[in-house]
Amino acid sequence: MDITQRCHLLIEDLSVARGERVVLGGVYLQLGSSQLAEVTGPNGVGKSTLLRAIAGFLPLGSGRMSLVESEAMDSAPLAERLHYVGHLDGLKSALTARENLEIGLGILGRGRLTPLDALERLELAHVLDLPVGYLSAGQRRRVALARLLVADRPLWLLDEPLTALDRHARALLKTIVADHLGSGGLMLAATHEPLGLPGTIQVRLGAR
Amino acid sequence: MIRILLVVFLRDVTLARRIGGGGVLGLVFFLSLVTVVPFAIGPDLRLLSRIGPAILWIAALLASLLGLDRLFQADHEDGSLDQMLLSPTPLELIVLVKCMAHWFVTGLPLVLLSPLFGLMLDLDGSALWAVAATLLVGTPTFTFLGAIGAALTVTLRRGGLLLSILVVPLAVPVLIFGVSAAQSGTAPVLTPFLVLCALGLASIALAPIAAAAALRGAGE
Repeated sequence: MDITQRCHLLIEDLSVARGERVVLGGVYLQLGSSQLAEVTGPNGVGKSTLLRAIAGFLPLGSGRMSLVESEAMDSAPLAERLHYVGHLDGLKSALTARENLEIGLGILGRGRLTPLDALERLELAHVLDLPVGYLSAGQRRRVALARLLVADRPLWLLDEPLTALDRHARALLKTIVADHLGSGGLMLAATHEPLGLPGTIQVRLGAR
Repeated sequence: MIRILLVVFLRDVTLARRIGGGGVLGLVFFLSLVTVVPFAIGPDLRLLSRIGPAILWIAALLASLLGLDRLFQADHEDGSLDQMLLSPTPLELIVLVKCMAHWFVTGLPLVLLSPLFGLMLDLDGSALWAVAATLLVGTPTFTFLGAIGAALTVTLRRGGLLLSILVVPLAVPVLIFGVSAAQSGTAPVLTPFLVLCALGLASIALAPIAAAAALRGAGE
């Protein structure tokens, strides 16, 4: 896991407008290697919007974003160096967990763990060849999170990663996140329940 | 990059095979239209064989429109489209490959079975081949033109109707040249066939760019 080099994410004066209405404005954020930021705030304040804007799914009203890597070899666009796991899990119900993860790897590129190893990390190896449509909500979410391990990308954007996970799975996710941060990765999570990792940066939206 | 595109192609073909629907639906629609028309026209075989190519072409156009609304919508609804936006491969190429996969499961069966359906409309040998050859060029053109409409209506729950309104006018030139190329026994056939090929190539080159722009703009 040495592919992730030291890098840091810089967001300056980010704003997102839908039509005439500014839904998110003036966000500054600096996040270095091995750092985790948790975005909190009441419902509807723009947590998901912020993550989707960073992922490049929404047009920016203003502002700049960059992910600077110290060994500046890789100048790929930001969107090609991040993972996004949101409310929609991007899994196809008719395909098995293995097929879904292989497609995830195929589309995102830069493989790390095999689908089997990734599912083993999430203690879900037994569903490898089951169609994802047969799985429970928590198991589906774990398969979606396994995609984080299948393709290697330095920045993880997770929207409510703990939803539908049981206590044990939350602990698993916590160790996976800790490993990712330990190898120099970055993570930004929108969440109501803190992951409880030391050194977490709190970003509070709202109070505008 | 080729590997990524292959993954997307195989994924869409596998999904179509497992879920069913799309391809078979189009075929059944095609078949029922071709079956019903002779009953409506009556027992005039000469008339039937004269308008046969036109009927097959209209049936192919309508059958192509049927499954198109799900081309990007399914991926938009479950978040797969977001993952594609994060891919190092340009969205335009992914759209191109998705259209090819869609044509492979819906358009190609129509082309392959069109000679059989042509027999039901009393077409003779050369006309059967003319229709199959023109449909081989025409159905991918419909798919690619339709992809623009599918991308524009991706966020709409019932986008099928709007999609038809958007796509049918674009498909009219294809229909005109396709039918005139398929009508053997009239004027030289090569010229309209070449125009048809040109329309097809233009749609393959331009439609993915338009569709990808629409998908990016769809945001949320």
